[in-house]
Amino acid sequence: MDNKTVNFTIDGVDMQGKPGQTILEAADAAGIYIPRLCAMKGLSPNGSCRVCTVMVNSRPQTACTFPIAEGMDVENDTEKLRTMRRDIIDMLFVEGNHFCMFCEKSGNCELQALAYRFGICAPKYPYLFPKCGPVDASHPDVFIDRNRCILCGRCVSASIEQDGKNVFGFAARGPHKRVTVNSDSGLDKTDLAVADKAAASCPVGAIVRKRVGFAAPVGQRAYDCAPIGSEIEAAKPSSGTNQ
Amino acid sequence: MGSTLAADVRQICKDFGNDPVRLIDVARALQSRYGSISKETIALLSAELKIPRVRVESTVSFYSFLSEAPKGKIVIRLCDDIIDRFSGVELVADVFRRELGIDFGETTPDGLITLEWTPCIGMCDQAPAALVNEVVVTELSSDKVRDIIQVLRETRDPRKLTRRYGDGNNASPLVRSMVCNNIRKRGFIFTEKEKGEALRKALAMSPVEVIREVKAARLRGRGGAGFPAGMKWDFTRASEGDEKYVICNADEGEPGTFKDRAILTEKPELLFEGMTIAGYAIGAQNGIVYLRGEYAYLRRFLEDVLEKRRQAGCLGKDVCGKKGFNFDIRIQSGAGSYVCGEETSLISSCEGLRGDPKNRPPFPAQKGYLGKPTSVNNVETFCYAVRVIENGAAWFAGIGSKGSAGTKLLSIAGDCAAPGVYEYAFGTPLRQILKDVGAEDVLAVQIGGPSGKLVGEADFDRVICYDDLATGGALVIFNKERNILEIVRYYLEFFVEESCGYCTPCRVGNVLMERCLDKILNGQGEPSDLPYLEALGETIKVTSRCGLGQTSPNPLISSIKNFRHLYEALLREPKEGRQPGFDFKAAVAAAEEIAGHKSLLGHTAH
Repeated sequence: MDNKTVNFTIDGVDMQGKPGQTILEAADAAGIYIPRLCAMKGLSPNGSCRVCTVMVNSRPQTACTFPIAEGMDVENDTEKLRTMRRDIIDMLFVEGNHFCMFCEKSGNCELQALAYRFGICAPKYPYLFPKCGPVDASHPDVFIDRNRCILCGRCVSASIEQDGKNVFGFAARGPHKRVTVNSDSGLDKTDLAVADKAAASCPVGAIVRKRVGFAAPVGQRAYDCAPIGSEIEAAKPSSGTNQ
Repeated sequence: MGSTLAADVRQICKDFGNDPVRLIDVARALQSRYGSISKETIALLSAELKIPRVRVESTVSFYSFLSEAPKGKIVIRLCDDIIDRFSGVELVADVFRRELGIDFGETTPDGLITLEWTPCIGMCDQAPAALVNEVVVTELSSDKVRDIIQVLRETRDPRKLTRRYGDGNNASPLVRSMVCNNIRKRGFIFTEKEKGEALRKALAMSPVEVIREVKAARLRGRGGAGFPAGMKWDFTRASEGDEKYVICNADEGEPGTFKDRAILTEKPELLFEGMTIAGYAIGAQNGIVYLRGEYAYLRRFLEDVLEKRRQAGCLGKDVCGKKGFNFDIRIQSGAGSYVCGEETSLISSCEGLRGDPKNRPPFPAQKGYLGKPTSVNNVETFCYAVRVIENGAAWFAGIGSKGSAGTKLLSIAGDCAAPGVYEYAFGTPLRQILKDVGAEDVLAVQIGGPSGKLVGEADFDRVICYDDLATGGALVIFNKERNILEIVRYYLEFFVEESCGYCTPCRVGNVLMERCLDKILNGQGEPSDLPYLEALGETIKVTSRCGLGQTSPNPLISSIKNFRHLYEALLREPKEGRQPGFDFKAAVAAAEEIAGHKSLLGHTAH
């Protein structure tokens, strides 16, 4: 029995998890929501957005990548971490050209939903207004708008791990880093199919299916009624889900 | 042309065993032959190495020495480090521009020469300096530049630029470089003669005894982080797996660092001996030296030293007659990326991938190169390990200060009479060092390069060691004529360009800090900018994924702390309701152009 349970704490509350679980998985199962963007159930974690940063025995780690261990103390919902997570969300907003009011992802967008959860009305940083190039609408069923990309890497992982393809990747580095596709021109020259998991992996409005925008009316979209993370907080221990 | 390219790609891939892990070597060879990695080349590489096209693009677009856009047959990369700037690189740059008739980032119409800026090339002790393809040219002046251009136009051969060789092995037929070692204070690394006995001595011990000795010597990593080397070896040894690796981090890219250059030039045997001892202790069969792309001029020389060691039985099967201990070393070239000095980025790069750091855990000691247990150590650390085995742990532990055993190589450059490589015992006060190097009227010292701290007079009595003024080796001295904010601005720009872009705080946060500093430098700063920068810096430091982001705010934040008055002098309380950073004229410019007349508001606002 003992070797099947890992005892640790989150914000001083005793927790039990399974060996091999990450902090994020164990917290989800216990009904504790740790905000995240690049982590997606079913994909190996990237640890790229840094929104899920927690303090593990007083040292910063990402909950999505860090495994639980016996006796570990995790700080999650503290003033300092809330501030830093807010900062990161702000950074993602000013780094791209986001236009929530007209974006078909509005209401279903995880970045927007996190901003609402954190009470962000406007980012505190100046907009960087990057030039992201034209929208790639070459594919019959899916388009890429890099203005809205947050470089989380979910599409890259989903294509490799879930679809067994290599449709997406990253090019260049630093502030010039951008999502790229496995062809010398556009998305239409790749083997992406509309039913691919990668086509549905984007947390924001960067990779979007054509002809299904605005299907759900305002009021019935994913985050219209309850903030992002509520589904985890509402879940009973041991039946945690992760959107 | 097309068929030639295809044949070349096929041949070069074959030379590297059609192994995708060697993608960077392959790409560098093609870049130097064709001046670019074109779309066509990417497609050919994808087919030849049997990896997706997107993976090839992802890797080659990461490194600054590889480019999709065509470059000239000769690429001149002028170092724009802050020390080069303070050594008059702008004057030199102007001569380059004028003589070539092009600006930086451009290629001469005949396709012969491309002119570029590059960050620190490890020659701060002989600045201004530049790379001409793989040839290093140092102490540039207007006359020298004119001469360089003339020689290149006449001979089209950068090797003809070197007429006088530097000291020591720089004059070796396999190096033939004008680089000078500038070893100013010798200690235990640059001894007169190598005994070469440490390896045999280690092989007479058990691997566990070797590790015990290195632990007892309290040898800590010399790259900057200071992790105990013996523990790292022990963890790697203890990890499961028959295949293990020793990697030498010879990617010193911290602006102002060049001490490993001196070791690689004068003491390669010592380094390889240390790596072999590490291999024995860990149970590794293979070693890799990750040689920074800027030091490619040393590669043939290092290969030759390796070959001689193979012939002498110090590498290969049954090393030095020790049955069952097989160990060899290969050299992996970098391709222009600072973050690859971070150990997990370095591993990614050795694997032929983008130089993105990896998530930890698992640590390299558990899962490193190709998923196998790997110990990554600094050039200098391997050298000291040899000295520990030679002279005993007690001897080594007896040198230096309490928490920092032994000595440390420092690359000292900037405003001083004798820039170069110095070896000091840990615990030496900064003031003593400044005196030794002939530094006068010192305003500030950047300790440990830009990722370290910028300290002023008040800190000069502090000592060099892991627990006080910690450093990976770079000490950059600035005198009272220098502008601290200009220095900080340069370092920020460096981090922005060298960030891998994987994680949000480093990718975006550094750009935001740069914007705010520019606002202050433009005279639009307000008092609230300092707490804004401090908070932003804290978020970047705490939440970034690797050492680059965790330290990139240091120059700015430590200068705000130590030289606050310099910032405050530039800040003004804004007029009520005004945002000084907001440029009204620029904001309405596009609208004015469409409307075809000037905005009335624009006139009243100013």
